[in-house]
Amino acid sequence: MAKTNAVVDWIDARFPLTSNYKTHLSEYYAPKNFNFWYYFGSLAMLVLVIQILSGIFLTMHYKADAAQAFASVEYIMRDVPWGWLVRYIHSTGASMFFIVVYLHMMRGLMYGSYRKPRELIWIFGMLIYLCLMAEAFFGYLLPWGQMSYWGAQVIVNLFAAVPFVGEELSVWIRGDYVVSDATLNRFFAFHVIAIPMVLLGLVAAHIIALHEVGSNNPDGIDIKKKKDPKTGIPLDGIAFHPYYTVKDIVGVVVFLMVFSTIVFFLPEMGGYFLEYNNFNPADPMKTPPHIAPVWYFTPYYAMLRAVPSMLSSQFPGVVVMGAGVLVFFAMPWIDRGRVKSIRYRGPYYKFALATFVVSFVALGWLGVQPTDFLGKFPGSSVEMATVLARIFTVVYFAFFVLMPWYTAIDRELPEPERVT
Amino acid sequence: MTVMHHCKKLLAALALLPSMVLASDHVLLDEAPLDGHDVVSLQRGARTFVNYCMGCHSAAYMRYNRLTDLGLSEQQIKENLMLAGDKIGEPMTIAMKRADASKWFGAQPPDLSVVARSRGADWLYTYLRTYYRDESRPTGWNNVAYPNVGMPHVLWELQGEQVMQAVEHKEGEGEEPGAAHAAPKLVLERQGALNPKQYDAMVGDLVNYLVYMGEPARTTRSQLGIIVLLFLGVAFVFAYLLKKEFWKDVH
Amino acid sequence: MSQSKAPVSGSRRTLLIATGALGAVGAVAVAAPFVLSMTPSARARAAGAPVEVDISKVEPGMMITVEWRGRPVWIIHRTQEMLDALPKMDERVADPQSNQPLQPEYAKNESRALKPEYLVIVGICSHLGCSPSEKMKAGPDSGLGDDWLGGFLCPCHGSKFDLAGRVFKGMPAPVNLTIPPYKYLTDTRLIIGEDTKGA
Repeated sequence: MAKTNAVVDWIDARFPLTSNYKTHLSEYYAPKNFNFWYYFGSLAMLVLVIQILSGIFLTMHYKADAAQAFASVEYIMRDVPWGWLVRYIHSTGASMFFIVVYLHMMRGLMYGSYRKPRELIWIFGMLIYLCLMAEAFFGYLLPWGQMSYWGAQVIVNLFAAVPFVGEELSVWIRGDYVVSDATLNRFFAFHVIAIPMVLLGLVAAHIIALHEVGSNNPDGIDIKKKKDPKTGIPLDGIAFHPYYTVKDIVGVVVFLMVFSTIVFFLPEMGGYFLEYNNFNPADPMKTPPHIAPVWYFTPYYAMLRAVPSMLSSQFPGVVVMGAGVLVFFAMPWIDRGRVKSIRYRGPYYKFALATFVVSFVALGWLGVQPTDFLGKFPGSSVEMATVLARIFTVVYFAFFVLMPWYTAIDRELPEPERVT
Repeated sequence: MTVMHHCKKLLAALALLPSMVLASDHVLLDEAPLDGHDVVSLQRGARTFVNYCMGCHSAAYMRYNRLTDLGLSEQQIKENLMLAGDKIGEPMTIAMKRADASKWFGAQPPDLSVVARSRGADWLYTYLRTYYRDESRPTGWNNVAYPNVGMPHVLWELQGEQVMQAVEHKEGEGEEPGAAHAAPKLVLERQGALNPKQYDAMVGDLVNYLVYMGEPARTTRSQLGIIVLLFLGVAFVFAYLLKKEFWKDVH
Repeated sequence: MSQSKAPVSGSRRTLLIATGALGAVGAVAVAAPFVLSMTPSARARAAGAPVEVDISKVEPGMMITVEWRGRPVWIIHRTQEMLDALPKMDERVADPQSNQPLQPEYAKNESRALKPEYLVIVGICSHLGCSPSEKMKAGPDSGLGDDWLGGFLCPCHGSKFDLAGRVFKGMPAPVNLTIPPYKYLTDTRLIIGEDTKGA
C-alpha cells in the first residue's frame, strides 16, 4: 500500500492525477435522483470508444481506393480472421451512436439541460452532433456500394444548390466532376482522422463544461443551493464514483446486450443498419430505383424533399434542412420558462414537446419511404407523403419558433426545494 | 435451439417493418427453405453453383478452401468442385473476359459472392423458379420476378419450360406450386429432367448455398451470439447486485 | 451518506471481486478477436500455401529459385564433388552438426537434405535478411580464395555459407540458413511448405 502511495505521490508532484480523479470522479457530486434518461451520456462515451477501436482495426485492412474498396470490405468479412465481427461492431456502432445521442438530446429537452448555466454544454453537444453527422456521412461512402455512392452523390449535390458558387463548391468537395476515387480518398481522410480528432476535443470540452457547472437532474433544480454546512457537499449530491460508476456499469451491460443482439443476430437490422443495395458495388452508370439515406438522417431528408424548389433552385429545401439542425443551437435563449424540468412545466410545453417528438419520428419514417408510397393527396397531384412531410416540417419548426411565446405564458408548477 | 430460433424470428419481424418491399417491386415472393446447418443441402447447392452458375458468374470473394465450412475436405473440394490445376486457396473466379461477357449478354454477369445479401434469399428462390417462355425476348425467356432479364434460363433442361397462362385461368389448379400466388399464372408446359418438387428442392439448395456464400461467418455469428448474451446475462446479475449494494448508502 | 473511507463490507467486497473478474474475462474475450484479426488473413495464407516444384529439369550443378511465402527458396542439384566437399568444411563452419533447430528433423544430417543430391533451402541470410549470392564454383575463380569449395556469399555483410547452407565461423551471420519443410511427391516433384507431419 505504501508503495502505491509513493508512486501516486511521485506522479502527483508532476501531474494532477489525484486532483483530477477527485474533480471528475470521487468528489464530483452528482444529483442523487438521476433516472433512466441519464444513462445515455456515459453510453455515448462507450460507443465512441467502441467506434474508435473497431475503426482502427478496420483501417488495417480497408483500402481507400475506388477499385478496391468494395472488395476490401468483403475481404474483411471473409478473409481477415474475425474481421466480420470487427466490421459488424463498427456498422452497428454507427447506428447505436445516433440512437444513444438522440435519447441523450431528448433528455436535455425534457429536463431543460440546455438552460442557464449549461448553454455551453449544450452548444458543445450540438457541435458533437454535427460532427457525428459528418463522420457518419463520410464513413458511409467507404464501403463503396450503390447506396454509399449515390448517397454521397445526392448529399454533395445539395451543396451545388448554394447560389452562385454551388457548382464549383460541389466539384471542390468531390475533387472531381462525379463522386470518384478522389472523393473516396478524401472522405477516408476526414472519416478516420480529421473529424474524430475534432470530435474528441469537443467531447472533452463537453465534459469539462459539465463538471464546471454540475449536472442537471430530473427535477431541474440546482443541488448546490443546499449544501452541508460542515463539508460543503450538496445535500442531494452523491459522489460520481462509486455510486454512478456502479450504476452506469448496469446500464453498460444492458446496452451491450442490445448491441450484441444486433451484432450477432441482426447485423443488417432489416436493411436499416446495413442497406441491402449496398451489397452491390458502386456503379456510376446506374442509380438504384429507391435511394434513402441511413435512418438517422431521414428526418432531415424528409424535410429536404418536402420543400418544393423555388425560382428553379432547390436551395430553399437545403436551407430548411440545415435550419432543422441548426435551430437546436438557439434553445438556451428561446426558452423563457421559469422552470427547467418537464415535471413542473405547464401544459403548453408538454404538448409542444410531444408534437415535436411525433413530427421528428414521423419525418424519419417518411424519409425512408419512396415519396409515392401513400399515393396522391385526394383531389390533387401532390403526393400524400409530401403533404404529410410538409405538415410535420411545420410542426417541427413551430416547436422552436413559438417557444418564446408558449414558454412565457405557460402555467408552470412550483419547483420543489430538494430533489424528489 | 428452438428458443433461439423464435427469438430471432421475433426480432427479425420487429426490424423488418417497412423496407423489405423495396427489392421486389410488388412481386409476391416465395419463402426460400433455408437451413444454414444442413451441410448436405449446402454441398448440393455448391455443386449446382459450380456446375451451372460459374459458367458465367464468378464468386470472387469466396475462396474454395472456405468450403471446408460445409464439411468437405480439401481433397473433396479439389475433386468435385474445382477445375484441375486451380489452387485450393484461390477465390472462385472464372475465365470469361469482361469484354466478351458484355458482348454476349449485353451486360457483365454480376459477381454472385454477396448476391443473397443484396437481393435476398426469397427473391432468388422466386426468380430461379419463375422463368417462362417469351419469344419476344432475345433469349426466348422472360421472368416474373425480374421482368425482361438479360440472363437466359440456364436451368431449363432441369425445370422444363413454363409458359405464362392467360389471367382468366382459375386459381388453385396449377401444376406449378411455386408460382401459385404470382398474379398471372405460370404453367409448366413441358417437364425437364426434374419434376417440379425436385426442381424446387434443387433451387432451394442452391439458394441456401448462396446465402451461406453471402456471409460464410453467419452460423458462427449466431452461435457465438448465444454465448455472448449468456455471459452478459450473468454479468448483469452481478452488476445489478453491486449497484444495489452501493446504493444502500444513498437510500 | 457514508463516505468511502469506511471499511468495505464483506458482501461489497465479494461483489466487487465477482464483477471485476467478470469484467476482466469480458475484456479479454473482446480483445481476442481484435488481436487475432492481425494474424495472416486467408489471402495471406493462400499466398503462403505450399508450392509444388518440378525438379526433373534441374541438371547436376544447377540451381533454381522458387518463391514460397514471398521468400526465395533455392533448389540446388549438388554433384558428387560438391557433396564430397561438405565433410571437409566441418572444421570451418560454426555448426557442422546443425544443432541449431533451423531445419526439420529429417534434414538434420551432413547434407541437410532429404536426398543428399538436392538441397532445398531458404535463400535468406540469417544475419539481417539479405539474399546471399551463389558462389558455387570452387577455387580461386570465385574470388574467395584458393581454398573455396563452393557456397554462398552474402553481399550485405560478407557472411559465407557452404553448399549445405552452413555458416562459416566468425561471420556476421550467427547461424546456418533455414531449411523449409518439404517432401517429395514423386522422384521429380517436390512440395515446399508441407511435409509428412503436415507442417
